[in-house]
Amino acid sequence: MNYFLSNLTLLNITVPVQWYLYLSAALFCIGVAGALTRRNAIILFMSVELMLNAVNLLMVAFSNHLGDASGQVFVFFVMVVAAAEVAVGLAILMMIYRNTGSVDVGFLKKLKW
Amino acid sequence: MIQLAWLIPLLPLAGWALNALFGKRLNRSSVAIIACVPILAAFAVSTGILFEISGSIKKQFIVELFPWINAGGLSAAFAFLIDPLTCVFLMIITGIGFLIHLYSVGYMAEDEGFARFFAYLNLFVFFMLLLVMGENYLIMFVGWEGVGLCSYLLIGFWFKVHEYNMAAKKAFVMNRIGDLGFILGIFLLFVNFNSVSYTEIFDQVPSMKSGDPILVTACLLLFVGAMGKSAQIPLYTWLPDAMAGPTPVSALIHAATMVTAGIYMIARSNILYTMAPLAMEVVAITGLLTALFAAAIGLFQNDIKKVLAYSTVSQLGYMFLGLGVGAYTGAVFHVMTHAFFKALLFLAAGSVIHALHHEQDIRNMGGLKNKTRVTFLTFLIGTIAISGLPPLSGFFSKDEILAHTFSHNKLFWFFGLLGSMLTAFYMFRLLFLTFFGKFRGGKEKESHIHESPSSMTIPLVVLAILSIVGGGFGFPSFTGLSHHLNDFLSPVFAGSTSRLVHGHLSHTTEYLLIALAVAAASAAIYYAWKLFVKEGITSPAEGEKLSPIRKLIYHKFYVDEFYDSLITKPLDRMSSFFYSIVEIKGIDAVVNGVGEMAKWTGGIIRKAQTGYVSFYLWVMALAIAATIFFKLL
Repeated sequence: MNYFLSNLTLLNITVPVQWYLYLSAALFCIGVAGALTRRNAIILFMSVELMLNAVNLLMVAFSNHLGDASGQVFVFFVMVVAAAEVAVGLAILMMIYRNTGSVDVGFLKKLKW
Repeated sequence: MIQLAWLIPLLPLAGWALNALFGKRLNRSSVAIIACVPILAAFAVSTGILFEISGSIKKQFIVELFPWINAGGLSAAFAFLIDPLTCVFLMIITGIGFLIHLYSVGYMAEDEGFARFFAYLNLFVFFMLLLVMGENYLIMFVGWEGVGLCSYLLIGFWFKVHEYNMAAKKAFVMNRIGDLGFILGIFLLFVNFNSVSYTEIFDQVPSMKSGDPILVTACLLLFVGAMGKSAQIPLYTWLPDAMAGPTPVSALIHAATMVTAGIYMIARSNILYTMAPLAMEVVAITGLLTALFAAAIGLFQNDIKKVLAYSTVSQLGYMFLGLGVGAYTGAVFHVMTHAFFKALLFLAAGSVIHALHHEQDIRNMGGLKNKTRVTFLTFLIGTIAISGLPPLSGFFSKDEILAHTFSHNKLFWFFGLLGSMLTAFYMFRLLFLTFFGKFRGGKEKESHIHESPSSMTIPLVVLAILSIVGGGFGFPSFTGLSHHLNDFLSPVFAGSTSRLVHGHLSHTTEYLLIALAVAAASAAIYYAWKLFVKEGITSPAEGEKLSPIRKLIYHKFYVDEFYDSLITKPLDRMSSFFYSIVEIKGIDAVVNGVGEMAKWTGGIIRKAQTGYVSFYLWVMALAIAATIFFKLL
């Protein structure tokens, strides 16, 4: 990605870092809004992923901007952890669906107290 | 041969291991062989060592096996001390031990715990051998505790009977009280002499002042241990209860060997006691009191084994009396003869019990002398021997102790004589009530009476022969015959005999003492015969009215009840106070209170957990927003 972005710079089509900031802020807000308002578990997952990727995008952008590769390395870790989390989460979701026939997160509230 | 000494304890240990591990899967005859052969082999090795020692000029050998404990200033080797005293005890333990093993094969033949019984018995022999062979007080202590454990296991051998378990526990606890004194004594010796080894301690003792308070304290503490193990006042009450175990156990552990451990310990530490005259006086008085007290209780007991148990306590008292007045050889001699005739008496009593199908009450016996001939004759020999009539073994050893007592203190001698009179009386009472007169157990039982199998009668005959000739090991000096045991043991007691002042008795006095003793015993026997044979009196039945003194003695002077109200009941009450007040209302209340509080607050806060994921998310999002907001401000 660094290589790709460097090419963009060579072509003199520079994207200012603020634009990335706006984009990822917008993506993050969409994710938060989705997570707070929807009850479908799959959509919740997608919203969470959206938030994660908004942050990832921001980190890559700043990494390039500051010329420090560690931000990009960090993104890889975030992606790995996110993948693991999705694997577990989806498996739980599968079981919930099989047992209740629904993916509504409100459905399991009987497990409280 | 002496270098093979390690084999002696190892063989019974191997027997124990085999029977304990595989005994259940083996048939009875192999179990019996595994149990008996090691003891016989150990006896053979012991005999070899005995001959080697008596033939050699050097009388003390130390067989060092391996370094055992090295910690700080303490270094104790696992070593055996082989000297004449050890030899005498080795012969008693392995010899009588073998006879009793053999007897047990017949006696326990129908018991379901056959292998377990022999495993325990072999383990006992192992620990007892360790006790007498060790070269330092630590090994002695290991053996001391080990025999206590085996005694506990064997008293409670029939563990399905609650009473027997209680008796086992009583023996264990009583012994623990004594052992505490014993180990404190060892600590004191170690602190003072910087060693636990016999040779090292005994070498340092003669340079000390006689009556040094440290020596006196150490001796008294060690004697507390002996009180527990050898059933002396005030710790004797466990021994009569210990008769709950199988009869061979009573014979081996609670008459012939284990209970003499205290005598061995004092004889081994003779130089310590010689240098502490006060401790010796305490030993003598305790022994004398026990001898009289137990003999008095024995007068009216109705359980054949209980009578023998009290007579054991009484005879042990004589041994301590002997030790206390400096008759070390006499005490060891009495250990030996007592081992012969008391093992014999117990085994014969076991044979009677066997013949009557577990009847132990002499009120239900009588007239057995024609039906169980061998048992009767051997029991008679044992009874004569314990009563101190010449020329049987008990006469010689008891006479030696009483003669020393006479030259030490005339009053002690008088009470000793009184005790031996009582002994003669209650032993013959037992004999007459068991074997003479008519059978009192009913027709049905009478037809089932049978003599015991030969594996039981052979040990009886061997022990009877030993009880007759056992006195030959130590003729009194005036007879002009040699006192073999004294010659043999003299190197062990050499340090003490040179220090003790022995008033020498003239031959006339000695004859007079013997005549008096024999006359007293004969009078007691005649009186017993008159009461129980001629007039045919039997012991009163349960619940019958007794005269106050008789009642007091019949109830064993209420010592058990006294201990019960003095120690057990207050302890019980204290425990229940600590349990119901301190434990339940104090500690438990605090601990439970903490838990209750967590539960109560949790009960309130958990209401916030609604189960709606969206609600959690909202709370989280708002909280983060708030944090950022306030942080940035």
